[in-house]
Amino acid sequence: MTPDDDHQLRVSKIRNGTVIDHVTAGQALNVLTIVGIDGESGETLSLGMNVPSDRFGAKDIVKVEGRELSQDEVDVLSLIAPHATINIIREYEVAEKHRVERPDTVKGVLDCPNRHCITNADEPVETRFDVLSEGDGVRCVYCESILDENIAAYIP
Amino acid sequence: MGHGSAPAPRDSRRSASPVQPMRQDHLLTTKQLSREDIEAVLDHAAEVAADPAAFRDRHAGKLLALCFFEPSTRTKMSFEAAIKRLGGDVVDMGPVEMSSVKKGESLADTVRVVEGYADALVLRHPSQGAAKLASEFVDVPLLNAGDGAGHHPTQTLLDLYTIRENAGLDGLKIGVMGDLKYGRTVHSLAHALTNFDAEMHFVAPESLRLPEPVRYDLDEAGAAIHEHEEVGDFLGELDVLYVTRIQRERFPDEDEYQRVAGRYRIDADALADARDDLTVMHPLPRVDEIASEVDDTEHATYFEQAHNAVPVRMALLDLLL
Repeated sequence: MTPDDDHQLRVSKIRNGTVIDHVTAGQALNVLTIVGIDGESGETLSLGMNVPSDRFGAKDIVKVEGRELSQDEVDVLSLIAPHATINIIREYEVAEKHRVERPDTVKGVLDCPNRHCITNADEPVETRFDVLSEGDGVRCVYCESILDENIAAYIP
Repeated sequence: MGHGSAPAPRDSRRSASPVQPMRQDHLLTTKQLSREDIEAVLDHAAEVAADPAAFRDRHAGKLLALCFFEPSTRTKMSFEAAIKRLGGDVVDMGPVEMSSVKKGESLADTVRVVEGYADALVLRHPSQGAAKLASEFVDVPLLNAGDGAGHHPTQTLLDLYTIRENAGLDGLKIGVMGDLKYGRTVHSLAHALTNFDAEMHFVAPESLRLPEPVRYDLDEAGAAIHEHEEVGDFLGELDVLYVTRIQRERFPDEDEYQRVAGRYRIDADALADARDDLTVMHPLPRVDEIASEVDDTEHATYFEQAHNAVPVRMALLDLLL
């Protein structure tokens, strides 16, 4: 350990759980929102934001102790963090490693940007968006509006 | 483009020719219709128009629920005329001000209740996607009679019927002018015309051009579209000119509205360069975007278009009920 390291806050390894690495810098809090973790259910969370990265310049890291996120749960992250990698940790070792993949649809994750969309009225439905081809964004299945930039701004 | 499961075979028919049932129970958008679906409705509408008496008791005892959350004259009255001419009747939600909607009832609850009263629902609503949402809560056929600036598929079917009768659908060159951004009849018509390889010219001010989602779909469908800010030389090549109303409330002030609306007005002078057999259509109501002097010309087809609503909606109901 170098003297500099003594002055840095070190985030310890987790024993069992999920590490979401290579998250687009600044998106860690949105990642938690999307996977439905708000701290109230007691998981131990560690967040690193704007961590220096050789590949991306800066990245975020999210560590969730005691919970293994499924592929379906993490695929939604591809909308805001397409380069994220998922490490499933068991007894301090990486037991599985995979990438996020673009899902066909995302449900209950984004607000529709169209204020005249029926999903923005007080109706008993979750929003649902079809994921279009790479670069084309997502599309509300109700009003058909296309959201192709700044998707994170529509995470409630 | 399936939006619903294939319907079960319909009851055997008592008259007229065998009818191919539509592939879906709900009619939400023209995007769900293939060329074959559209032609089946138009062919059947022609049969109805040729001999309406043969269909008089076809749906005796059937009830059509009219749920109009927005004002309507033509659509509502022609649906009512259509079901009554098929021997059925309507149950009408009436004005929103007099309904439980005023008490804060959701659309989902309203349609779940109303489906228990009727064999099919006709829905008009100010929110885009309302028909799609409502269809997820009912089992009876639901017909979208306009969802905000979204779609109006039954209007398109009568528009296509009118076009086919007057100009034909093959090799069609059509100009569509006016409020293309918020005009749901325009959106539905444009989607449907992709099935017929029509050459489409869209004429509108920059602020009212076709919205991105519609252009995206037309592009995906490989449609030949041309966008213009003014009527130009292409007018002389058109088979059909479809005019829509530019709504006053879309503009920040009266002067701007008058300036824009005046540029998209069709009168006898504007039609001087048109072909003699140009068909001029309008979904109505018009304000002054087509001068009344055009009414007396061979071009004017908008009243015939409005009248075609009854046989086309009769045909549609006959296929769905």
